[in-house]
Amino acid sequence: MNNDVGLKNNAPNKSQYPWLRAVRFSLLGSLASVFIALSGMPVGLDRRAIIYPVLSLGFLAILWIPVAMAAAAGNETVLEGMEARKRGFVDVGVGALVGLGSTSGICCLMVLIKNFDLRDPFVNWSPQLLDLLSYRQNISVGIGIWLLVGAGLGAFGGLTHLISGFSRRLILNFVFAVIGVSVLETIVTDLSEGFGLAWVTDLMYYKRGGLEIYGALFVGIVSVTVLLLLRRRTTTTRERFNSLSLNDQSRVKFISIIAGSLSLAILPFFLGKITNELLANVGLFVLLALGLNIVVGLAGILDLGYVAFFAVGGYTTAVLTSPDSPGFSPELPWPIALIVVVVLTGIVGLFIGAPVIRMRGDYLAIVTLGFGEIIRLLFLSDWLSDWFGGAQGITNIPGVEVGFATIKGTDPRSVFLLVLFFCAVAIYVSWRLEKSRLGRAWMAIREDEDVAEAMGINTTNTKLMAFVVGAVLASFSGAIFAAKVGSIFPTSFIMLVSIIILVVVIVGGMGNISGVIVGTVVLIGVLGGPKQPGLLQEFSQFKLLIYGALLVWMMLKRPEGLIPNIRRTRELHQDEFLQDAWLKGQIDSEEDNADSNVRKEGKNL
Amino acid sequence: MATNNVYKPTSRVLWVDRFLALIRITFIGIVSVGVIAFIAQQINPQNPFASWINPDATGLTADQLKGLLVTGIAQGAMYGLIALGYSMVYGVLGFINFAHGEVFMAGAMSGMIISNKLSESGLWQDAFLFSLAFVIATSIVVSTATAIIMERVAYRRLRDAPRLIPLITSIGVSFFIQNTSVVLFGPGAKAYPSIPEWLTRKRSFLTFEIEGTKLLVLVVAAVSMTGLWYLVERTRTGKAMRAVAEDKEIAALMGINVNRIIVTTFAVGGAMAGVAGILWGILFRSVTHMTGFLPGIKAFSAAVVGGIGNLGGAMAGGLSLGAAEATAPLVVLEPLGVNGVSQLRDAVAFAVLIFVLLVKPNGLFGERLSEEDRA
Repeated sequence: MNNDVGLKNNAPNKSQYPWLRAVRFSLLGSLASVFIALSGMPVGLDRRAIIYPVLSLGFLAILWIPVAMAAAAGNETVLEGMEARKRGFVDVGVGALVGLGSTSGICCLMVLIKNFDLRDPFVNWSPQLLDLLSYRQNISVGIGIWLLVGAGLGAFGGLTHLISGFSRRLILNFVFAVIGVSVLETIVTDLSEGFGLAWVTDLMYYKRGGLEIYGALFVGIVSVTVLLLLRRRTTTTRERFNSLSLNDQSRVKFISIIAGSLSLAILPFFLGKITNELLANVGLFVLLALGLNIVVGLAGILDLGYVAFFAVGGYTTAVLTSPDSPGFSPELPWPIALIVVVVLTGIVGLFIGAPVIRMRGDYLAIVTLGFGEIIRLLFLSDWLSDWFGGAQGITNIPGVEVGFATIKGTDPRSVFLLVLFFCAVAIYVSWRLEKSRLGRAWMAIREDEDVAEAMGINTTNTKLMAFVVGAVLASFSGAIFAAKVGSIFPTSFIMLVSIIILVVVIVGGMGNISGVIVGTVVLIGVLGGPKQPGLLQEFSQFKLLIYGALLVWMMLKRPEGLIPNIRRTRELHQDEFLQDAWLKGQIDSEEDNADSNVRKEGKNL
Repeated sequence: MATNNVYKPTSRVLWVDRFLALIRITFIGIVSVGVIAFIAQQINPQNPFASWINPDATGLTADQLKGLLVTGIAQGAMYGLIALGYSMVYGVLGFINFAHGEVFMAGAMSGMIISNKLSESGLWQDAFLFSLAFVIATSIVVSTATAIIMERVAYRRLRDAPRLIPLITSIGVSFFIQNTSVVLFGPGAKAYPSIPEWLTRKRSFLTFEIEGTKLLVLVVAAVSMTGLWYLVERTRTGKAMRAVAEDKEIAALMGINVNRIIVTTFAVGGAMAGVAGILWGILFRSVTHMTGFLPGIKAFSAAVVGGIGNLGGAMAGGLSLGAAEATAPLVVLEPLGVNGVSQLRDAVAFAVLIFVLLVKPNGLFGERLSEEDRA
């Protein structure tokens, strides 16, 4: 975006600071902070403390802006063959100015709130906002504090360019550990109670939420020491692992996977009801995300109506198991119903997939979205209410009988274990499929459909298989959802669900199983699903806004996701790879067989 | 002796094609049975064919049918105006700007705010036409600005990205704008001020009884469409836009500033969506953050129905989609014995999209895309 800045460095004055960039970022910062202030985040999130008397989540929502803007203003893209600008204390000074600029927006807003009443369009234009922004002081004192804080934070942001990478990592570690431990308060206290260590968390946390000051210091220092201690260890461990024979390596991997899954399986017994409930919800979304990962991540088909299969799974389970199902009620036990559900959803996948499979990728997206909505509207309609209950839905769905216990929503621990089992199945299936002939065929189609067809892949059948496998995974989730909630309504299957799963898959890393899981756990766990609350319940008002912003930001900055699939990254960044390779003089006529996939001009995702 | 090596042509008709043919035939069959049953009903409700499928169906009077058509066409005119933006952007950049519905919503939302302010000051009641013009102008400005900012922030950097990347981005943009509206203006539905009685009165026009507001919608839509047609077909900018849609690189070689033309395309599409937003507000007198979503998808369907990249087609597609959506539930579904048909209006709009893509994927009036976008 800013190649001109890089080019300027060839001018005689080498230590010139990119001033234009600084101005742009301070404007951006003040716009962003005014937007966040008017969106109601400071007022809405003020109750949630991060560090008890000092910092609340509401202020954190604004205070990251000066730091980030000041740090970003000092960044520059250094192209091959160009000299980087020399860093100096000018960075700190300009950082402070950018921080000042970023907070000046807030100050203007305070003056405006004081003098005008625009409460009519802006719902958050209120005296409370002014009161909060001015720290319950006089407005001029408030403005002074903001400017000081902005300058200080901006200087800190600029300072990050002067220190070494490792100390930057230490600081980041400190900050994120404190925020993380504070945000995860429910889980941490729950866990420590489960292990009988409640006194530790009682000391650390303030009784109405948030870390105490010394608690925060303690957490930060522990995290930094852990990082310092582990700094060498991780590399030596990795080296030792690599020096093992292949046989031993796979044995170590196997043992660690077994140990990991065992500890996950006993985890719910140490957790309370709320945390188990949360984890069960997250697990349902992990199942959905793994299914969508096969469709979008492996086969490259953008399915925006994925919720349709979730809905079909849920409704079929409800009809087959509930005694209150209006039309047809065989009252099958859940495991037998599940078989029918899988078969039926597979058929629905074929029926939806067959007409759309020949369409252009983008038309396919809209048409699948249409199918998703049609299916929801049919479940909602009076026409089919004799079978599906219309807007009243189907209630009284029994839980899952497993001999010694019944798994249902009132006992979230058992639901979590059930979800965990199905997640394990889904992970295994995805993992084996990815390495299989079918999985390689999917990836080939994703990269170039015409070439894949020329290589003898039956593209139609292969893409349909992706649809069906994705549908079946979603139907597992739907079946568990029905048994967990105990009743099912069309409002659970709005299009929002498809979009949120898409965001989660993309943020985690399309095509990478661990990326998808991490993305789901972090996003759904912290922010919450379409209807389900996450750890930050105060965020429920803003989570969709954040999901939207996150999706755009990821697509612009890192389309391959947080934990990317290597091959996928190459496809998405082929231009840059080419450029780098050209700059290093590596592209020569001889050795092109290794790069042939990089060189391709990809039209398909 | 070499009998095994004789070339045997494999069957080129895949099972998917057979299945698709079956779906097409079923679809056409259902629609025609519905229409025939409807006609039979209209001739005589006791007709055996009419009562065989749905004994309870009552049929429609001519006035009801005309009323439905007028409502559908008025709504379709708005779909058409929004569809222009989809069609133009698809023609130039080759991706679906999913967030275009939100541009329309921004227009409707800003119109609501300004008209309520005008209503408080009394100007809305005293000088209605002047304030209407003012509100239309401001909402055009807001929508255009939204579209331009969107292009600058989100889409410009993705011009060379694989095709689905900008589409996914636009979904994010759409989501973001919707929820921006929620957090800034609140989630509830907000009402437009009331419209003077002389405008809402019914007038008869060529045997149709049309409410004044619907007439206004049709007139404004027709005027904007003419203006757009003039811009695209008769001015230098329009010529440049067509050239960029045909081939960006050659256009750049011919001395056209491609960036500026792309921004112009977004701006013009945004202006049309802004007009549509105000018309929506006047017709339905209420706006929420979700106002742009379904109309946006339906307008995209309209653009596809008319043939994407084809501006006249987009408008015609909008009108036909609006008419189909308004009449099909009662003309096709009710005679088939479906009850509660009005709930299925949206489903009908999607079904039309799927049907057109299955039967005539290039749209009714043919697409106009460059070679590379067609791939």
